[in-house]
Amino acid sequence: MLAGPLVANLIWMATSARAEISVRTGTQRSERPVAGVAHPVIEVVSLHKAYGATVAVEDVSFAVAEGEIFGILGPNGAGKTTTVECLSGLRVPDRGTVRVLGVDPQRQRHVIREWVGVQLQEGSLRGKLRVGELVDLFASFYTHPADARELLDLLDLTSKRGDYYKSLSGGQKQRLSIALALIGNPKIAILDELTTGLDPQARRETWGLIETIRDRGVTIVLVTHFMDEAERLCDRVALIDAGGVIAMDSPLGLAEREGGGNHMRFHPSRPFDDALLTALPEVDRLDHQGDRIVVGGTGDLLNAVISALASANIEAKDVQLESATLEDAFVRLTSHRSENSNGDGRR
Amino acid sequence: MSVGAATIPGRPRRLALRKLTVLELKLAWREPVGLILGVAVPIMLLLIFGLSSSFQKRIVAGNPITWRTELAPVLIGLVLVLIALISLPIPIVSQRENRFLRRLSTTPVSPSWLLAAQVAVNLLLALVAIVMIVVGDSVFFGVDAPQQVAGFILSVLLATMSLFALGLVVAAVARSARAAGAMGSVLLYPLLFFAGLWQPRQRMTPLMLHISDLTPLGAAVHAMLNSMQGSFPTLGSLAVMAGWTAIAGFAAVKLFRWE
Repeated sequence: MLAGPLVANLIWMATSARAEISVRTGTQRSERPVAGVAHPVIEVVSLHKAYGATVAVEDVSFAVAEGEIFGILGPNGAGKTTTVECLSGLRVPDRGTVRVLGVDPQRQRHVIREWVGVQLQEGSLRGKLRVGELVDLFASFYTHPADARELLDLLDLTSKRGDYYKSLSGGQKQRLSIALALIGNPKIAILDELTTGLDPQARRETWGLIETIRDRGVTIVLVTHFMDEAERLCDRVALIDAGGVIAMDSPLGLAEREGGGNHMRFHPSRPFDDALLTALPEVDRLDHQGDRIVVGGTGDLLNAVISALASANIEAKDVQLESATLEDAFVRLTSHRSENSNGDGRR
Repeated sequence: MSVGAATIPGRPRRLALRKLTVLELKLAWREPVGLILGVAVPIMLLLIFGLSSSFQKRIVAGNPITWRTELAPVLIGLVLVLIALISLPIPIVSQRENRFLRRLSTTPVSPSWLLAAQVAVNLLLALVAIVMIVVGDSVFFGVDAPQQVAGFILSVLLATMSLFALGLVVAAVARSARAAGAMGSVLLYPLLFFAGLWQPRQRMTPLMLHISDLTPLGAAVHAMLNSMQGSFPTLGSLAVMAGWTAIAGFAAVKLFRWE
């Protein structure tokens, strides 16, 4: 009777020895372009995946650091879901290397399934099961599950323990699916289209929750096509379009670098020569809209303009400042890419 | 990365399998499709037909088989068909449809465990119904219990296996729960027809009888009737059921999609 567990242990020892080898090869690989991330828990190099003649993912590379909220952004059909399905071992890449927690998700599925929590896009559970039953069921799948009671508390579902899944609201269902992604105490949580279909209130609550979960030490990969969500939550984002990564940076960095700069509008206290401002390094362009001046530029535009005006004894009234957003960056990058199909921004 | 040093993969998670089965049992009670169709309906039919005196008559003059004798095998066939073709595949397909099988494959347990739980619960339903029919028939209506017990159990077992295999083919190929329901019903009627639900085997024409013998349910009723009357089921009827089990089982495994 004891032979079964013994054999299982031996197999495990054999496979974990292989895991350590792949960890080493994994770190050697990270000398290449995806380096720059200190302690990567996910490394993807030149991932390629096609379904028949349709290329879903073409040369995607990125690395995710431990404890990060990493956003994978892109329009519908860009290849985001396929990319994360390769991370969770649900899909076999055609080419390229994927390392999650140092192992190949295809070779060491048990490691991925134990340590990576997944929330699927548009999944649903059986309507006549109660919240508590579902959480207990999923807890029984894992070797060292989280405390179900504490998790339900965290997700504000304690009062719903005895309710049928089908009676939950959209936000509650979403919170439950987050709970089920976290019940195994994962090191990484992959959340796909987290807030699609939620009302603004529920979205904000969910965002707060994700930050709490990150603070507990879980690395989060967030798939989204909502720019505001990425801006609010992500430490870094990879923009994916038509199967390739077209840019990767912090949301703020991307917005500043690729968003087309900031805009400042004001009424000057008296007319002045445009050259006063266009000479400034921060200013790219200047337009007149009736009495109003619109200045576009980058960097510390506001201070540069105000001090230049002040030195000429001009006062700026009704000042409005508009910063470039991640959305601006995204629109510019994707339209740039469609003009130049080789996508030189790609890495 | 320090990967899962504390994990022992492949540890049989009996707790998970038990929980899955218990929840499927609870669902069988909360969404009692199988319970009503597969257990309540056949037992109601047994009561209705069993109480009717016209069922004492012989089906064919000179042949000892009465309508009531043939009732139990046909009702057992009805139980098996309803459970295997309706109650079994629909939840499996709907759980593939709503991506629950896929969700399970991201966890340490395999989605095949859910299928196992589903099969187990439906086997239990079938067992309950069959026992109630056999016991009810002999206790309340004085029909002799099967004379050839081993042959009867073997017949029921093979009938169950062949029909469950057929039900799993439906689960494998149907794209939606609705399609599964439609496919199940389309298969249901010819199977029941050739089992003799409308026209007992004794009154079938030679051609019909020949077709009946080649269907899993016709063969099952034939085998059960034989063993109820004390003779071992014919090798032919057992072979037909075994053949259906093998072919349908193979097809189900080959065709099954997890997403």
